Amino acid sequence: MTGNNIQLDAQGRLKHFLTIEGIDRSLLFEILDYAESFAAVSERAVKKVPLLRGITIANLFFEPSTRTRTTFELAAKRLSADVLNLNILSSATKKGETLSDTLQTLEAMHCDMFIVRHANSGAAHFIASKVAPHIRVINGGDGRHSHPTQAMLDMFTIRKHKPDFTKLKVAIIGDVLHSRVARSEIHALSILGVPEIRVIGPRTLIPADISCLGAHAYYDMNEGLKDVDVVMMLRLQRERMCSALLPSEHEYFKRYGLDEKKLALAKADAIVMHPGPINRGIEIESSIADSERSVILQQVSHGIAVRMAIMAMTMGNKTTGSQVEETA
Amino acid sequence: MRLKISNGRIIDPANNIDQTGSLFIDKGKILAIGRSPKGFKPQREINASNKIVCPGLIDLCARLREPGEEYKATIASETTAAAASGITSICCPPDTIPVIDTPAVAELIFQHAANSQKSKVFPLGALTHGLKGETLAEMHALKSAGCIGVSNAYAPIVDTEVLRRALEYAATCEITVHLYCEDDYLRNNGVAHEGPVSTRLGLPAIPETAETVAVSRALLLVEQTGARVHFCRISTARSIELLAEARARGLDVTADVGIAHLHLTDMDISSFNTDCYVLPPLRSQRDKDGLRAGLANGTITAICSDHQPHESDAKSAPFSMTEPGASTIEMLLPLSLQLVRDKNLTLQQAVAALTSAPAKIAGFDTGNLSIGSPADVCIFDPESSWIVETDALLSAGKNTPFASWEMTGKVTHTLVDGNIIYKL
Repeated sequence: MTGNNIQLDAQGRLKHFLTIEGIDRSLLFEILDYAESFAAVSERAVKKVPLLRGITIANLFFEPSTRTRTTFELAAKRLSADVLNLNILSSATKKGETLSDTLQTLEAMHCDMFIVRHANSGAAHFIASKVAPHIRVINGGDGRHSHPTQAMLDMFTIRKHKPDFTKLKVAIIGDVLHSRVARSEIHALSILGVPEIRVIGPRTLIPADISCLGAHAYYDMNEGLKDVDVVMMLRLQRERMCSALLPSEHEYFKRYGLDEKKLALAKADAIVMHPGPINRGIEIESSIADSERSVILQQVSHGIAVRMAIMAMTMGNKTTGSQVEETA
Repeated sequence: MRLKISNGRIIDPANNIDQTGSLFIDKGKILAIGRSPKGFKPQREINASNKIVCPGLIDLCARLREPGEEYKATIASETTAAAASGITSICCPPDTIPVIDTPAVAELIFQHAANSQKSKVFPLGALTHGLKGETLAEMHALKSAGCIGVSNAYAPIVDTEVLRRALEYAATCEITVHLYCEDDYLRNNGVAHEGPVSTRLGLPAIPETAETVAVSRALLLVEQTGARVHFCRISTARSIELLAEARARGLDVTADVGIAHLHLTDMDISSFNTDCYVLPPLRSQRDKDGLRAGLANGTITAICSDHQPHESDAKSAPFSMTEPGASTIEMLLPLSLQLVRDKNLTLQQAVAALTSAPAKIAGFDTGNLSIGSPADVCIFDPESSWIVETDALLSAGKNTPFASWEMTGKVTHTLVDGNIIYKL
């Protein structure tokens, strides 16, 4: 009883992309495989396929974001869609317009897809439940709940380096409590068959019930990082520092920041990930962020391919990027 | 009007009556039970065979939204819904706009309730001025204006010194304090019970301790001040233990629970169902079981609707941007009867939790069928079942988490002071 099935149509195909929870393993693999076909598109001289020509995609960002919005925009443009960027923070809602009214206005402009980012958990579900049946909704991050495209690009990146999910130990480090990225990653890893998912952080930042999602809590980096294949760092919001949650940046970095010494506890070939933007010297030592083990920039480029795949799939398109190239 | 209600199963927990027979009413009062008084010629007779005849229900908390939020509901609309639900007296909390912190607002509510000629309405006055938790409200004046208690509603009293003095002053005025216990810091803008569901949905969480810390603080202050305190809308099993301990020590405290918390848990919000956003939050299965056990063992004596009607826009937004509260007044009786079918309560206990117990807390002379008492009576068919259809609700608030639930138990007549205010 999760209500997530509003993102699937009667045939089990992707209609909206709101959360990883409730999507089965084969569909997640289908997304990853489909994304592979788009990875090549970005490396060509002409970085465009005509899959979503004539489609209008509205970026509805109720919360500031640079990289997520930009990669969605790039992904949409590479699919030949028209993109409308709405920074709603500074427009309608400030004038007292309700979210429902904003949606109706955009529907009247004949948009076909909404990419939604919102500070409140459940916002993308709410919007998907309100829009006209032909409109697709992709969650670009809602509150602490879900950031499914980020999780998928992370899975895509992991698979590039570690092809068999069923043999992995993965650690997610940092502010799990407030993190939609962590929740979506945990769901994705668990559905894809990762046998050991760990979360590491101080008790103030790890929800007591995290085990209900299938992750094991560690409060000590030295224990938690032992023998892991993948190290996934989370961003720590500045406002969490010097609050009732954490005493100082210095103490946090000392206990939970990723440095050479701590990373040495992970497997020798462990990769280091971060959803960005990184806080050097708080979550991660600069030398590691820039090292060969860091796949942080790959995550960014994979984000475009993965988002292209998800946009095309929700619009009902199954033509692969390479097929388009052949017919073009 | 002389009225005879014949052949019903009369249940009157206050007088320990459970018998089949007739009830006689004259001049708005209960005249007799069982045998017809000599020379009594009814002007009207209600056949109550196969039905239960009990005191009119008393709801310790329902928001009527008047004055100030008439776009949500009105005293007329909500007392109509209450009357059709067997409720003859409603207590409404002071968080209206303006707040009930002056006799004028209380008088306005009495006036509008009298105009609607349905259920009786009894306001609770404010405990602190403007519910701000800073300075004391004029409790003596509010009591004189007819307020049956004082309360700070949902508004927190952060300053413990203010709470202490408010309780002392209420004790001086000999007025009951209806206290909603929530630590504002621990609530921390949360919207869902801290547990697996809030963790999964990423909803800001309200820990159990937001309630238990506040209950503990209040219990110690009750002990110190001797105030008469009624604990409102208890939601956790742990609070039941704290209250039971306090009562065992001889503290004269009472408590109620909202009907939704006896039937729903945090699992019910798991699809971001905003109709399940209520305060206190729906808690765990263990808490729900604990609340039912607390009712059965008498730690909690009253069940209230905690009715909060909203316009549809109030619930149409991402979960934590919506307004808390559920429209429940029309399900109060059937959902309480469900506790009998679930074998948590006896029928007498369930009726007592809706009549004699809340009457005692509010200081009413109703809630019983004693000879000479006001003839506030509810007659219902305990076997009649119906489906909750939001469009068919009489309340202006269609925001019910019980939509499409099957209810068993349907009110056929409601009498206030011997007048039939509702007839099916």
